[in-house]
Formats: sequence, C-alpha cells, structure tokens
Amino acid sequence: MSQSGKPTGLFKNLSAKIAAIPMVLTALVIFVGCSVWTIVFSFTNSRLLPSANWVGLDQYERLWSTRRWMISIENLAIYGILMLILALVVGFLLAALIDQKIRFEDGFRTIFLYPYALSFIVTGLVWQWLLNPEFGVQNAVRNLGFETFSFDPLYNPDTVLYGVLIAGLWHTSGLVMCLMLAGLRGIDEDVWKATKIDGIPAWKTYIVVVIPMMRPVFITTLVLVTSGIIKLYDLVIAQTGGGPGLASEVPAKFVFDMMFVSQNLAQGFAASTMMLVAVIFVIIPWAYLEFGGKKHG
Amino acid sequence: MADVTTTMQRPSPAHASGPKPRRAFSRRNIMIYSILFVLAVYYLLPFYVMLMTSLKGLTEIRTGNIFAPPVEITFEPWAKAWSTVCTGLNCDGLSRGFWNSVKITVPSVFFSITVASVNGYALSMWRFKGANVFFTILIIGAFIPYQVMIYPIVVLLREMGLYGNLGGLVLVHTIFGMPILTLLFRNYFSSVPEELFKAARVDGARFWTIYFKIMLPMALPIFVVAVILQTTAIWNDFLFGVIYTRPENYPMTVQLNNIVNSVTGVKEYNVNMAATLLSGVVPLTIYFLSGKLFVRGIAAGAVKG
Repeated sequence: MSQSGKPTGLFKNLSAKIAAIPMVLTALVIFVGCSVWTIVFSFTNSRLLPSANWVGLDQYERLWSTRRWMISIENLAIYGILMLILALVVGFLLAALIDQKIRFEDGFRTIFLYPYALSFIVTGLVWQWLLNPEFGVQNAVRNLGFETFSFDPLYNPDTVLYGVLIAGLWHTSGLVMCLMLAGLRGIDEDVWKATKIDGIPAWKTYIVVVIPMMRPVFITTLVLVTSGIIKLYDLVIAQTGGGPGLASEVPAKFVFDMMFVSQNLAQGFAASTMMLVAVIFVIIPWAYLEFGGKKHG
Repeated sequence: MADVTTTMQRPSPAHASGPKPRRAFSRRNIMIYSILFVLAVYYLLPFYVMLMTSLKGLTEIRTGNIFAPPVEITFEPWAKAWSTVCTGLNCDGLSRGFWNSVKITVPSVFFSITVASVNGYALSMWRFKGANVFFTILIIGAFIPYQVMIYPIVVLLREMGLYGNLGGLVLVHTIFGMPILTLLFRNYFSSVPEELFKAARVDGARFWTIYFKIMLPMALPIFVVAVILQTTAIWNDFLFGVIYTRPENYPMTVQLNNIVNSVTGVKEYNVNMAATLLSGVVPLTIYFLSGKLFVRGIAAGAVKG
C-alpha cells in the first residue's frame, strides 16, 4: 500500500520492522518452533523430563493401543459430529427466527448469546448442578408426580456425552446464531422479493436459495465450531472430570494428564501431534476453499 | 471472514425499520413468538437456577425443588463463597482467585492490545518484505491446538525464570491473543483512507508520530472492541491458568473448579452456585454493558480457533 522513505536494505522501514518483532518471534518461536519441538520429541521416550532418547514410532504404537486414547477419540468423534450438526441447525434456526422482523430482537439476541460470555467452567458447573439426579431436573419432575421419570445423563457411562453436549450446545449456539444472522442480513432483499413473486414458500427459499448463498458463512462457522470441538477440555473438566470411569474422556484431557499428571511426556507429545494432524485435515480444505480460488488481498 | 465483519457492523436499517407485519396476531407470528419464548426460557433457565440456588439454605435445597424460588432468602452462601470457602489449605474464599484474575487480566489485556495494535498498524501501512509470510503463519498458528505448544512453552518460561508466576501467564496470554488482535487491527487500519496517511507522510510525520497522533485517536472504537474481546477471553481462561501458575496464583476459573469439584467435605450446593455466579459476574457485566460491540468482537474473532 505505501512505500517508506529513501534508505535501502535492512534499515528500510526500520520502525515497522521493530514493531513487528513480537509477531515474528511468536510466529517463528511459538507457532513453528514449539510445534516442531513437540513433534520431534514425540519420537523419544521422554518421561518426567524431555530426553533425546530416540525410539522411533514406539510412542505412536503405544498410543493407538491405549484404551483410554481410543475412548477419547471415539468420544470426541461422537460429540463432534453431533455438536457440529446441532450447533449449525440450532444456530441457523435461531437466526432465521430472529430475522423475521420481530419485536424485541435485541432482547432475544442478548438472551441467546449470553452463555457464550461465560467460561466453560461456569457452563459445566451449572449443568452439572441442573443434571444432578438427587436435586436437579430429574428430582423436580419426579416431585410433579412422575415418580419413575429418569433424566440422569451425567452418571451413566452410556449417556454422559449427551449431558456434556447439552451444555456445550447451550454455550455455543448463540455464537453460531450471531454468525448466521450476519449472513442472513447480508442477503439482498431483492432475493426475497423475487422468490415471493414466483410464489416460492419461505422455507423452500431458505433451503434452495438462502443457504447456498450463505456458503462462506457456513464454512467459517464450520471451521470455528470444529476447532472449538477439538480443543474441548474445560467443559469436561468442570462437568464430569472425564467420568464416570473413562466415559467422557477427550484427547485434550489425555494430553494434559500424560504431560502433567502421569509424567509420561512423550505419550502426551504423540497424542498432541495427532490432534495437530486432525486440525490440519480441517484447515487444508478450508484454506483451499477460502483462498484457493481467488486472489486474496 | 471480512464480509461477516462488515455486515455485522452495518446497522441494517432495512430490517430494523422495515414495514411491520400487517397483522400482529397472525398464526405465523404467534408461532414465531412462542418458539422464541420457549427457547429464551431454556437459555435463561441455568442462570435462574444458579441465582435461586445461591440464595437458598442447604435444608431448603435438600427438601425443595430446584426451580422454586427461595422461601427464605439468605446471602450467607455468597458471603461464604467470597471470603471463607476453602481450597486445599487456603480458606480465604474465592476473593483470592478474583484478585489473581484481576492481576492476570489487566496487564494481559494491556500488553496484548498494545503489541497487536502497533503490529496491525505496521502490517497495514508500513508493509515490509516478508511481513505477509509472518502474518500468514500467525493466522494459521491460531488454529494449532494449544496442547501441541503448551509443554515447550513450559520449558521456555522455565529458562526465562517466568514459570509459575503471573509474568509468565501474562506473556502467554499476549502471545495467544496476538493472531486475532493483529487481524482485528490490521483490518481496521487497512480501511483508513490512504490519503490521510500520505498527507501525514508529506508533512514529515514518522512511524510513531502517525501512530500516536493520528491512528490511535481514530481507532478508539476498535480498541474498545479489543478490550472487550480480550477481557472476556482471558478472564474465562482455564487451561493456561492451571498450567502456567502456581496454586497461590490460580485465576478464578481454576479456583472455582477446585472448590466445586473437591471431593472432600459436605457438598454445599448453594455456596457452589454463589461461587459460580461470582466467577461469571465480570464477563456478564461486560457482555450486558457492551451490547453490539461484543457481537462485533465475536465477528472479528470468527477467524480465531
């Protein structure tokens, strides 16, 4: 955009270069350096402290034969798929409802978004309390006379993930709504007028015309929600602690426990490298869609 | 990403002040409002239950209904949560975590925004060779799971003698806030008319003069957005707090989790809920006061992982 003064070479534009030092250091030392460091040390048998004792792919072999890791992966897959679908559906429905020229729009939006301002710890603890079988929702419904009513997801290994999902959805769907609403508002009024003249019902317009037009917003939301899912940690810690048993373990928790609790550093490195690989699988298609076709300025 | 931000900023007068539906009580309207109402109740319920539980005595919780308002309002749980509840050997309540969080959040917000605003300014107005390479790494880096980088950072902080104290955590927050904030400021400064910048250059103003005299005053709204974004994010952080600080420096989120999920002693649900609410007070206040600016921060943060 702009050219600096006369001096040439390294000293050209010196102030800007000085100002960019923190960015350069962060990019090179933290994002590149630390990631490479972790990947390299995942090929060692580091335990309490990092060591340079190379063991090849042993850590990965061990990782993939660890029951807890397999459970973590499976949990994340189930949680992730359901979360993605439900967050997009609920978020879009909320946005579409709010976009109907309603009164108190700001009020409704404020209500749907406020959970997003709270931490995952707070979210997890509230839902832990609500889903408490002795005093929570189950008890309240039983008191109404439905003596056999059972709603106790957090204490049953088969359903605990859905309990976490309810909390996660409560926290995140407001954000999705916000992004979707921005997308809906970006669509030209004329589109609506045109489909109205053609006599196409509103729900069909949404599915056939509006949603395809909102592709960029959907992709952004998808990437955002997905990378949030992969990082899922605080919510599980607060709500279930990974239990009952191993039923709600997730990869991020596995990494943390290996590194800071079990003194099994290299297992943690190997597991976190696998998380990185998972993210790369998400980012590459997105980067391709976002920047591949057009020149980015 | 950019289109999300711009459409967010637009007040969209066409929608807000558009023609109202002709009949206020059409079947369609009744349906829309009732669905919205039910959903609003669902979203508000956890907050309501938190508040009600925190105002009840333990006996009332054990015998009563979670949704029922308190028969006898008591503020004791709040007092206990704030000043006497125990975590481990410390029995000075959540106030310790609160002040730790303040001590962490204030410098972290200040440093991360200072660094990122200057950086965004340099990237948009004083482009130098290679700048875009680092910026791209920075943005892609925002998607790397923290788990990949946390241990090497422990090693680095230990080498620098910062591991375990607040300075180290402030540094970590400054680093991980950089991608999103730099993007925010870079996009903002890119939208500033070039003529303004050129005129200042013709008058002989240099890098820092232009930043402090022209850009800084102009960019106040975006600074407010950045402060909102960062304060909420850092206040709500759990992972970095638990890794990079010692127990006496734990932020509020970590202490809260330790209080509520401690396995020893009688579970005092009312105190737990008062503590949970106390931890949510700061971000909720920011949220309700900032309104549209919070949404703008989210839209800008849409690129963040």
